[in-house]
Amino acid sequence: MRTSNQNDSDPDQDVVFEVRDLEVTFGTNRGESRVVRNVDFDIYRNETLGMVGESGSGKSMTSSALMNAVVSPGETSGEVTYYPPDGGEPISVLDLDEEELRKFRWGEVAMVFQGAMSSFNPVKKVRGHFKETLEDHNRDVEAGLERARQILGDLYLDPDRVLDSYPYELSGGMKQRALVALALILEPEVLVMDEPTAALDLLMQRSIVSLLKDLKEEYDLTIIFITHDLPLLTKLADRLVVMYAFDIVEVGSTEEILYDAAHPYTRSLLNATPDLNAPIEEMQSISGSKPDPVTNIPGCSYRPRCPMADESCAEAEPPMADRGNGHRTACFYHDDVSDEIPIPAMEAAEEGGEGE
Amino acid sequence: MSVDNSILSVDDVSVHFTDSGGFLGLFGERQTVRAVDGISLDIGENDVVTLIGESGCGKSTLGKAIIGAQEPTHGSITYRGQDIWEAKNSRNPDIPFSEIRRSLQIIHQDPGSALNPNQRILTSLMLPLKKWNPNLGEEERRKRVYALLERVGLTPAEDFVERFPHQLSGGEKQRVVLVRSLLLNPDVILADEAISALDVSLRVEMMDLMLELQDLFNTSYVFISHDLSNARYIAEKSGGRIAVMYLGRIVEVGPIEQVIGNPQHPYTQALKWATPNLYEGEGDDDLPIRKIDIPDPTNRPSGCHFHPRCPKAREVCETNDPGAFEDEDGHAARCFRADDTHEYWDSPSIVDD
Repeated sequence: MRTSNQNDSDPDQDVVFEVRDLEVTFGTNRGESRVVRNVDFDIYRNETLGMVGESGSGKSMTSSALMNAVVSPGETSGEVTYYPPDGGEPISVLDLDEEELRKFRWGEVAMVFQGAMSSFNPVKKVRGHFKETLEDHNRDVEAGLERARQILGDLYLDPDRVLDSYPYELSGGMKQRALVALALILEPEVLVMDEPTAALDLLMQRSIVSLLKDLKEEYDLTIIFITHDLPLLTKLADRLVVMYAFDIVEVGSTEEILYDAAHPYTRSLLNATPDLNAPIEEMQSISGSKPDPVTNIPGCSYRPRCPMADESCAEAEPPMADRGNGHRTACFYHDDVSDEIPIPAMEAAEEGGEGE
Repeated sequence: MSVDNSILSVDDVSVHFTDSGGFLGLFGERQTVRAVDGISLDIGENDVVTLIGESGCGKSTLGKAIIGAQEPTHGSITYRGQDIWEAKNSRNPDIPFSEIRRSLQIIHQDPGSALNPNQRILTSLMLPLKKWNPNLGEEERRKRVYALLERVGLTPAEDFVERFPHQLSGGEKQRVVLVRSLLLNPDVILADEAISALDVSLRVEMMDLMLELQDLFNTSYVFISHDLSNARYIAEKSGGRIAVMYLGRIVEVGPIEQVIGNPQHPYTQALKWATPNLYEGEGDDDLPIRKIDIPDPTNRPSGCHFHPRCPKAREVCETNDPGAFEDEDGHAARCFRADDTHEYWDSPSIVDD
């Protein structure tokens, strides 16, 4: 278990979600599959928090747990506390009953998944989805639809055309944006987006990310954005959470993670990410294969793939070390990592002066 | 855009799809999608060409036409001087169609569906060898399979070939598919989004492997991607070209360094904007396009097809269709802005703001 003296929330921050000892497990015929392991983190109000990691690292499960939405037979345990705005009574999300959850989801916290195609009912017009949601939550339908028109317009869509369309009449990018508008229709505090742009073209992805920044300002949102697309995420997120092997290995501001990453996995991930500036001769994939959720690797879970691992890494699990400014990482050798694993792209950018 | 010793020549190729009417079509107008519209391109020995563009731009259709899997509605594709579709339809072609098909291979995006789930890897790899090299003995075939598997790091090969596809990871499956196409010693491999389904941390490795094997087998690649950073990586590492497609046409083509370093077409510039770099600060959040959505492909805009989205559009772009302006390095763009003396520069802007 990863414990640290930083288990208490940063007192300077207005916390909207507090997650402690979060575990998600599935029983399989090979044994218990632990897909989220002792995860601790906070989400601050009005920030954009980015979560990155390989597929199967636990990032989607962690975000589902924020709404107690892990599907059966998955078991969620630990604490997820939601703090409503203006000092309302804190809500323990994992203890809510069906009816309370129904109100909490969408009203307080809304979620947009990858693959908008499957989120709409194919035989119902888009307008019907908005109306149904408003009625189901006892909201004023006319005022709600007016708000929908405004959000759709903000997303570069023709509101009336979209509302009068069946889902199949819209392109993937239009559907995904309509889904973002639908998620915002009940004025939630928090928007959780799980790979919302993964199935879209790059021009559409980048456009949506730009529009999200505007939406966040306009509607005072807290956004949690989950993706494996690190370059895209750095243009949106204020803070990054890096997941590896079902737990958080590093957390910090986007600047800190990019320029001062202190976990070997984060640095290798940065070196494995192709972009247009990265020196091609220096790029390297991360060798080794990703861990199996059924097995427990004693000590540090990254050890089998880590170029810096030694015996001490096998003996104990490294605690989250505090590097200041809210930057924390789970590596015994966090002070040596930057010398051992250089990031050529960063050095090239620094030598080449300021980027555009 | 010609290349010395070209293996494949694509000459003014168009692929148009017309809906055949069908039941509902009786009442409506027939609609034609010009998936590929008058494209010419040469592919040389040991060449790498990357095709990039948004979905629906025609890059996969062009790719299929290039390897002879899609018959063009207009224009010709010649393999070492032999027209592919003539070879298929005539009795005594210089190069038989079967040999052309063997020489032009494809790797798909989803390796899982490209392998028969009920066959062991060995069977999947031996069958094509047996079909195309009937003279080869069982032992010899097995040897070739093992050697190539070891080469791509799927070791120990003896154990590996006994597995079924579901026992492999995505990256391993993609390597098996690559091995399968290489066993036939093809001249050109079409890699259609071949690495898009892999985890980011594995993509560089897969691209490196493809290029290593290129040197070994003397194969050319046509690499289709919607991701500019991957396209740039493979093209730059191999000294290849990039072709940017929009609504069925190549709007910009040239050596990778020039197209990425000095994009001429506003569409290429928009794609570059959409591909953020890790180390370049905040980036610009102003959209470099006027409309996010692609126009209806059955009803393409007049003049330059990009003008309704283009931030630099002027009146002349609404009516005149720009041809390709090519510089001495083989860098060409279909945009009036690439021609310093064009009347475009005196035409009034149609962009309000």
